Amino acid sequence: MSEKTSKRDKDEIKAKQEATIYGLLAKIIEALEKGVVELYNVEVNAEELEIRLTPQQIPIPVVITPPQAVAEAKPEVKAAYEVAKAVEVVAKKVVELAKIAFEEPRPQFSGRVLEVKLGASRGEGGSRDSVIVVGGHTMPAYYYLSGYKPPHPPAFGGDVFDMKIGLPRAVKLAFGDALDNPAEWARIWVEKYGAEAIDIHLVSTDPTIKDASPEEAVKTVDTILQVVKVPIVVGGSGNPEKDIVVFRRIVEAFPSEGLVINSLNLDMKLEDVCPHIAKTNAIVIDFSPMDLDKAEQINRKVYEWIPRNRIMLDLNIGGIGYGTEYGFTTMERARLSALIGNELLQHPFNVGAANAWGAREAWITMDPYWGPKEIRGPLWETLTSLICLLTGADYYMLVHPLTVKTMKAVREYLFSEPKPKDPEKALDWLSRSLPVF
Amino acid sequence: MAFAVRLAALEAKVEDCPPLVEEEKYKENTEKLRELLLPPVREVILKSPKRIVKIGGKYVLFRHELRYHNPTAIAIDVDDSMDRDIIVKRVRMIESFEYEYVGQKLKLDAIAVRSVTNNPEKYAKTVYTVVENTTLPLILCSTNPAVIEAALDVISPPHHRPLIYAATKDNWRDMAEVAKKFDVPLVIASPGDLDMLVSLAKTLSEDIGLKDLALDPGCFVGPGGLSYTIKAYSWLRYKATYDLWKYAKYPLVATPISVWMQITGDPKDVMWWEAILTTILMTRYADLIIMHSLDGWVLLPQVMWRFQLYTDPRKPVSVPPGLREIGKPDEMSPVLVTTNYALTYSVVLSDAEKAKVNAWLLVVDTEGLAVDVSVAGRKFTGDRVAEAIKTTGLENKVKHRVLIIPGKAARVSGEIEDASKWRVIVGPMDSSEIGKWLEKNWTSEKIRELMEGA
Ligand code: B12
Ligand code: SF4
Repeated sequence: MSEKTSKRDKDEIKAKQEATIYGLLAKIIEALEKGVVELYNVEVNAEELEIRLTPQQIPIPVVITPPQAVAEAKPEVKAAYEVAKAVEVVAKKVVELAKIAFEEPRPQFSGRVLEVKLGASRGEGGSRDSVIVVGGHTMPAYYYLSGYKPPHPPAFGGDVFDMKIGLPRAVKLAFGDALDNPAEWARIWVEKYGAEAIDIHLVSTDPTIKDASPEEAVKTVDTILQVVKVPIVVGGSGNPEKDIVVFRRIVEAFPSEGLVINSLNLDMKLEDVCPHIAKTNAIVIDFSPMDLDKAEQINRKVYEWIPRNRIMLDLNIGGIGYGTEYGFTTMERARLSALIGNELLQHPFNVGAANAWGAREAWITMDPYWGPKEIRGPLWETLTSLICLLTGADYYMLVHPLTVKTMKAVREYLFSEPKPKDPEKALDWLSRSLPVF
Repeated sequence: MAFAVRLAALEAKVEDCPPLVEEEKYKENTEKLRELLLPPVREVILKSPKRIVKIGGKYVLFRHELRYHNPTAIAIDVDDSMDRDIIVKRVRMIESFEYEYVGQKLKLDAIAVRSVTNNPEKYAKTVYTVVENTTLPLILCSTNPAVIEAALDVISPPHHRPLIYAATKDNWRDMAEVAKKFDVPLVIASPGDLDMLVSLAKTLSEDIGLKDLALDPGCFVGPGGLSYTIKAYSWLRYKATYDLWKYAKYPLVATPISVWMQITGDPKDVMWWEAILTTILMTRYADLIIMHSLDGWVLLPQVMWRFQLYTDPRKPVSVPPGLREIGKPDEMSPVLVTTNYALTYSVVLSDAEKAKVNAWLLVVDTEGLAVDVSVAGRKFTGDRVAEAIKTTGLENKVKHRVLIIPGKAARVSGEIEDASKWRVIVGPMDSSEIGKWLEKNWTSEKIRELMEGA
């Protein structure tokens, strides 16, 4: 045992003995008053003790008398014990609250995430009534360090598919027949559910599905552009060869709408599509599933053609239980790296939170205890989105209106001045009866 | 040296080196080493006679800096105004909550007993009822020290080591006394006031000598509330891990249960927000969470996300490769091929078991990667499958020479045939289809056809 420890032990023993002495003193006083001379259950080894009873420094005694011992003691001694306790309490009262202030954390970051603008207004040659600017971070989001508030809040887009695909019942319930008609689906998203952008996914262009032509894709995008006046994100089918053909035709057809191309990846012949995108004002999303080396690689490549402030980054996310932690940690690492100066990662994040529905707990029928899938699904999407939000995510592609609604509320709360109302009521939960189901 | 590296990476403990522990001459340095390796956030232990729950013990702010230790404990409440049957029923539900995920049983960790009556006797009785019916550690919740003391008298530490919730700016002297008397950990609650929180932490630790503390800066939703809450938890953990500030170095307790006071209306809405607050605070550093909802849909994503958040970011969770039996397979039973990623393996296994099939499951070593990840990353290859067939002696277990691979591995079917010389058929995309698919495709005629083709 080190000297330090043994000294601590000694101190403790001493304190205990001192305490006993206090007790004893109290008992003696009591005994004198009542004329009791006998003392029970008291054993003090006073040899090593030296008590300094200066009024300024009353040592704080620690007396823990085993309850049985007290019970066995004679009534007089019990009374004496109470007095001892009172003495002890009096001694304790000298502890005053040591008032200190919370020392604010002061981290240093020198990097800055680029600002990227989605959509183009009439003044900018487009036809959007609203545009979205994301990014611009100079600190990790929602740490409220040095009063920091991200310059641009996150934004939430609604997913629309250009053909009927298997969708969870919870989504069918929300959109009904509109699921057969992308334009109507987009309109409901914006007008009824407050989507701030529309993500049209051109799945029908997949050669193994319908192999719809780029012209048909252009037509679909045109309709959407007519029906809603928010920024439009155009997603391909995931086929790397076909996607670049489709993307090229679309940006050429709408060169000034500030379309967002979702997405480019390293499996594509980037040189075949990027020069064409570069000539327009479209934004691209560089996709690199949970891999920072590849994210840097693709960005470096895309920089050859497209200005840095027209690039967003998608590091991919899996629903809770299906790889969320990989996406979460990759995004956290990317953002921190960007903020300490890694220019290759200084791009706002796109999050395909609809992936959350890939987790089976989001869509399978389970034992009734786990609740209806109609609530598990949207909850899965919402919670997955919130986890990403904490990494500083900027733009979301979402499937369910309830997610959009909740995320907008959370955004409002997070961007409000951190100052709780009625903090004195915060502990009310301790003593109230709560409903039980 | 190797040991030192492992120590620093927290893969080994000081106790693992016998000379350090046993030899007198190292004693002092061993002590120093131990202190050096102590986490910036203190580890606090809650106990029942049967279970131990450790909270805190955190080393880092961000998961990728190392990994997180001691998964956030989740406690559910009961209170002393509830009827005995309801208490017992709730306690049993909390105790038996379980969800199997990647071969792990995800569970709840503690029971928070609140005092609604503020009557010490009533409360002590309730606490007694709870301990009689559970093996889980308790959190004793009341701001009245007399109430807490009455309960502690009943459950007599040290067999039980409950956490006390809470010392506040109004009751701290008496509450600290109770904590000290029974040597139990104590939460300091200072909703909305960080200065008061750290002042109390300083006073209780330095002036009163309490070591096992935990901090609760308050849980709020709504404008001004949620932002404050996230700020407070983030600042506290930041100060503990980056600035090693001693007044922030305690586990953080969060109380999403408080949304039941802040949101009115449809209980489903309240539960929805309780779920949201829980996920946010689990992600943002809470080491212990107190909730009210016992509904499966609220709790399920929490225990799953907690499991993931606390895995080691450096290694995927994997199972040993090899050959497993599903049901009672024989020499003509199908052979299903999958990867050794724990999630993939357990999903496939449970699906196949649910479908009541008899089959062999060949688990290929893909270094813990899922099907399409390992196909894309060249870890699910012809050679690896051939290797797995050889090492498991599959040839002697079945007469046919047919493998069924996941739909997502279709791309590598050719190379598997080349390397293994077995026939490969591509199965469905999702393992939930296995039962139906086999019924249709694993018939004696089809097998004969395949065998003849081979
Ligand atoms: C988490 C994840 C990762 C994690 C890995 C986690 C792990 N331990 O495997 C990390 C971050 C490491 C990762 C890396 C990569 N990933 Co990744 N990843 C994912 C993600 C989000 C989830 C995967 C998962 O866990 N699925 C759940 C399991 C249970 O699914 P499963 O193994 O496929 O099993 C199911 C079926 O296959 C089937 N099944 C399984 N076995 C059997 C057996 C039989 C007989 C049958 C019939 C059926 C069957 O049933 C199961 C249940 O449904 C997916 C996207 C998504 N949402 O799916 C991308 C995804 C799989 N990844 C992808 C890619 C490209 C990669 C990388 C190559 C990225 C890169 N550019 O470097 C790397 C490769 C890593 C490497 N070094 O080798 C792509 C794959 C595209 C493709 N189809 O080729 C995906 C689809 C993302 C995307 N949209 O691009 N990834
Ligand atoms: S004494 Fe033994 S256990 Fe300790 S560091 Fe050396 S080899 Fe390792």
